[in-house]
Amino acid sequence: MTANGAQLTDARILDEIKKCGFTHVIWLPDAGSNLLYEGLGREPGITMIQVCREGEAIAIAAGLTWGGKNPLVLHQNTGFFESGDSIRGIAMGTKLPLLIILGYRGWKWGAPMTDTAGIFMEPILKAWGIQYYLVESDDEVEKISLGYKEAHETSKPVVILVGREYRP
Amino acid sequence: MMESFEALKVISRHRGRAIVVAATTAGREWGQISTNPDLDLPWIVSMGKASSVGLGLALARPETKVMVFDGDGSLVMNLGTMLTIVNMAPPNLTHFIFENRIYRTTGGQPVPNAGRFSFAALARDAGYAHVYELEELKDLENTMETIMSQGGPTFVCLKVPSITERTPFRYPPLGQTSEIISRLNAALRDP
Repeated sequence: MTANGAQLTDARILDEIKKCGFTHVIWLPDAGSNLLYEGLGREPGITMIQVCREGEAIAIAAGLTWGGKNPLVLHQNTGFFESGDSIRGIAMGTKLPLLIILGYRGWKWGAPMTDTAGIFMEPILKAWGIQYYLVESDDEVEKISLGYKEAHETSKPVVILVGREYRP
Repeated sequence: MMESFEALKVISRHRGRAIVVAATTAGREWGQISTNPDLDLPWIVSMGKASSVGLGLALARPETKVMVFDGDGSLVMNLGTMLTIVNMAPPNLTHFIFENRIYRTTGGQPVPNAGRFSFAALARDAGYAHVYELEELKDLENTMETIMSQGGPTFVCLKVPSITERTPFRYPPLGQTSEIISRLNAALRDP
């Protein structure tokens, strides 16, 4: 449980991810998401691709998509900043339908943030015109399917910001 | 040393129906040589990421050979890609490096530490299934059949001259990449 009683469980978010039919998950670990990586790694229909740096993930996702597969990108928001040129040139420049789930480092559940990883996150998404949704509890994980559908309907990247650590 | 244009002509003779992701200088020259442009993906949208896109295509289409034409300046922007490729080990991926030791398009500035390290040694230590470092055109001519017939991932470093040019590279107009991808998708659907 968290301060306001909300809870985000790895099983619930995993179920929602599975609904989207992803074939590949391209990921780089962050401390808050380990349970999710482990759960996804046990899914027989999903191939896990671990990258060394987040910009790689967007390019690999593009190749997979153009080859007919259905990838998901999963890392921390700090990696979103690092992968800026790939998001600009590849995801947005080629109109790539792609769901990107980001651990929202710095997010203080509505309270003032002190970590620039959090402070800069949403203003940058807005400036770049990238649609995003905040998921903080099990009640909100349907936004993952919504974001996935929207990415494919608009041929654009859509970001899911995960505002809490996953719990078993 | 071998001229990149001549090297590409040799590669083209062995290409078959391989997808080609072609970046930097080799990518510009490949457009004049390729006999199957529907399966070409000229890569200009994000420098350094040609091999990552090639990895994605190779994993998505295991029945199809994928060749990446990378520059040394491009590869050093994304060196982790070598470990990512080897970790996924796609047998259908061949990663060519055209090592000219400079950033040709921007006026010939040196690639950091150029000439004092070996891309082939990096690739061997990373764990590519096969690694070649080829200096002369005849070496490439003698090796291409083997390169194309064996399982990868394969890394091929081609030593090409440092040619500086002052003519600005003109990028294709925005939107063209989407058209190229549509063409590639159609070619993959209807071989």
